[in-house]
Amino acid sequence: MADLTTDFLGIKSPNPFWLASAPPTDKEYNVRRAFEAGWGGVVWKTLGEAGPPVVNVNGPRYGAIYGADRRLLGLNNIELITDRPLETNLEEIARVKADYPDRAVIVSLMVPCEEASWKAILPRVAETGADGIELNFGCPHGMSERGMGAAVGQVPEYIEMVTRWCKENYDKPVIVKLTPNITDIRYPARAAHAGGADAVSLINTVSSITSVNLDNFSPEPMIDSKGSHGGYCGPAVKPIAMNMVAEIARDPQTAGLPISGIGGVTTWRDAAEFMSLGCGNVQVCTAAMTYGFKVVEEIKAGLSRWMDEKGFTSTSDFVGRAVPNVTDWQYLNLNYVAKARIDQDLCIKCGRCYAACEDTSHQAIAMNPGRVFEVKDDECVACNLCIDVCPVEDCITMERLAPGTVDPRTGKVVEAEYANWTTHPNNPSAQAAE
Amino acid sequence: MGASTQKASTRKERADGIVAGRRTKAQIADNFSDLHPPLAPHEAAVAADRCYFCHDAPCVTACPTDIDIPLFIRQIQTGSPMGAAQTIFDQNILGGMCARVCPTETLCEEACVRETAESRPVEIGRLQRYATDTAMRANKHPYDRAAPTGKTVAIVGAGPAGLACAHRLAMLGHDVVIHEARPKPGGLNEYGIAAYKTPMNFAAAEVDWLLSIGGITIETGSALGEAISLDGLRTNYDAVFLGMGLGGVNALRAEGADMAEDAVSFIADLRQSADLTVLPIGRDVVVIGGGMTAIDAAVQSKLLGAENVTVAYRRGQEDMGASRFEQDLAASKGVKLMFNVQPDAVKGDGKVEAITLTYTETRDGKLEPTGETATLPADQVFKAIGQTLVAVPDGLTLEGGKIAVTGPGRTALADVWAGGDCAAGGEDLTVTAVAEGRDAAMDIHAKLTGAA
Repeated sequence: MADLTTDFLGIKSPNPFWLASAPPTDKEYNVRRAFEAGWGGVVWKTLGEAGPPVVNVNGPRYGAIYGADRRLLGLNNIELITDRPLETNLEEIARVKADYPDRAVIVSLMVPCEEASWKAILPRVAETGADGIELNFGCPHGMSERGMGAAVGQVPEYIEMVTRWCKENYDKPVIVKLTPNITDIRYPARAAHAGGADAVSLINTVSSITSVNLDNFSPEPMIDSKGSHGGYCGPAVKPIAMNMVAEIARDPQTAGLPISGIGGVTTWRDAAEFMSLGCGNVQVCTAAMTYGFKVVEEIKAGLSRWMDEKGFTSTSDFVGRAVPNVTDWQYLNLNYVAKARIDQDLCIKCGRCYAACEDTSHQAIAMNPGRVFEVKDDECVACNLCIDVCPVEDCITMERLAPGTVDPRTGKVVEAEYANWTTHPNNPSAQAAE
Repeated sequence: MGASTQKASTRKERADGIVAGRRTKAQIADNFSDLHPPLAPHEAAVAADRCYFCHDAPCVTACPTDIDIPLFIRQIQTGSPMGAAQTIFDQNILGGMCARVCPTETLCEEACVRETAESRPVEIGRLQRYATDTAMRANKHPYDRAAPTGKTVAIVGAGPAGLACAHRLAMLGHDVVIHEARPKPGGLNEYGIAAYKTPMNFAAAEVDWLLSIGGITIETGSALGEAISLDGLRTNYDAVFLGMGLGGVNALRAEGADMAEDAVSFIADLRQSADLTVLPIGRDVVVIGGGMTAIDAAVQSKLLGAENVTVAYRRGQEDMGASRFEQDLAASKGVKLMFNVQPDAVKGDGKVEAITLTYTETRDGKLEPTGETATLPADQVFKAIGQTLVAVPDGLTLEGGKIAVTGPGRTALADVWAGGDCAAGGEDLTVTAVAEGRDAAMDIHAKLTGAA
């Protein structure tokens, strides 16, 4: 079995799977259970200033989006940062770290955007022996109304400023957790980098209303007939998170900045995908909240087995491996020509490919007598929709037309050479080949 | 039907002859409980999620009433079972019964692409029941009648065809009188289908629900050729629909055939019995035939407590009218299926003691006895070898012993339509009868309103 030991910012953990700052890491009791279950590290649920702790609503905090058989696909929450006294949390963190020296213990922090507030809390955290801090610039609900969380994360100047304060007043690694509720993730990442952050972690939750109660006409979760937007997480946000991770990983201005990936990681495959896009490790929350801490066993075993199959001995062998293949549209090879192919032996004749293509796309699938569905090469643009809607895996595939053959749709010979939009004759800004 | 565990039988259970009380009330209740228990809401949601919403779905093509199956399943999936029921009832007002008794394994579910994909179709029948049960529990009839047309239509037979026809006509504003020979409406739904397929008096409840649209009167004990005549109906009504089913049974050609009982009568008695522990049944029962009626009689004989039940069918398994599902159901209840045997003689002195069967084989496409015989002990023999049309009024053309029809049930008489089992063509299924009754109603409506 491949070794999953990870070094992230000099913080060692037996595996790259950390529990994200969230309810599962709010207390010593939960964190001890998590470590016993095998998690490599935790980011302790966000601490606030000393003094009276925040309060939470006393009604439902979560809303859900379900797939088939009530499979939880997305979760939304309106919970705030820890509502337990700072002292209690600090004592617990110190005890847990002392008992589990091999695990990563990171402390998430959120205090007002004033240097004095940060200067006050940072030494207290340092005393616990925790391995680092994560700055919560992400929560989109509640705390943001008070000028914290996403309210900071949406202003790159604030990110840079607070990060700098933390670097000046704290010796161990500083991770900046980013909100996805912005237009271009590269700007806050660059700001964190400029402020001296050791890493960024992303994404925090996406502002969301998961459902509307159609009897009360109120968003869910509903508190006394009112609802407030929450933060969306779980498998549903993974594509959004991965894109943001990749944007930072391939941005020359933040190149090499370590990333801790967050957003719907549920299985070993999710973890492998995030890591191949440049994440040194991943953080998990919704999967644990849905299935319990035991899910880490599958994630660990799965990743290790996959690494064995690929011949990887360390996670560093594949971290970032997909980054060079993330490119801009304009650089995609326009001479790559493919056609859909339907395997008639696998086809169950549901006709979904036909309905999708005929109604909404290119009329490139014929429905022949006997419900035999066939691709019309002279219409097929290889859009992939038929594959995406086909219920049978591998029934429809894309076949690349060999260079030298004629594409029946365009009547043109498929060229072997790579050519993209930047040199395409239809592009007004095209540079003529010299 | 709950899974019954076999315990050592008691002397009472093994008693010779045709006797009552082979099973206790509790055993009877268990044996005759729902064949396909209803789906709970979550089960329905999971089952509905499996539907692929096929384009031009094969299940719809396979449904004799053309129910938009993918649509109603999607409506269940989106939390609208009432809407799903409406989609079903629009095409099939007896969708509740059809959900219970349709041989879905040879219709919609056989055509389901998931049957092709993984030999496990979407549970269309049970989903249909989930939707229709939900709607019928609501106790509000889902249709209103159109403005009165002043036209009246007579229907003969309150079975699936007649009821479907009546409902559609009433909905369109016509007044309908149904003449039913039996004491209760429902036809085969009430008298002719295995009890475990439609427990808890569902057939009668469905008729009450259907009639609640208004405009339909049922005259029971009113048989064609007796209390009423076709000529009389034609004189007194603007149109007539014949849906009286098949009132006779085929004769058994074998020595001692008069000692064999009609399976349809046995099933009717069973269906009308308030207490099945007092319904007598033989210890060794042999059922002659190979259709659904034969299986229904055989399985119910077994459930009543017969020790040995044999279905004797003269052709091979592949020719059997009963579906494979029905055959397997019978086998799972301990019924023995014998193929390629035909009755030679029912033996006994005053009461049945044995039956001699002759083996058959097909030579040059013709079924021939081989001369080889087998004799089974029997104290009760049922014949389920087909039913026949009786009391055919004058003026109608027959085809294969049934009323010849063209298009939507038009007979040789311009003001008379026919559908269901008494009409030629189509399979003798509840769902086919519903489709024929409905289509005839639309044609009658077009005729009466001058649109055709």
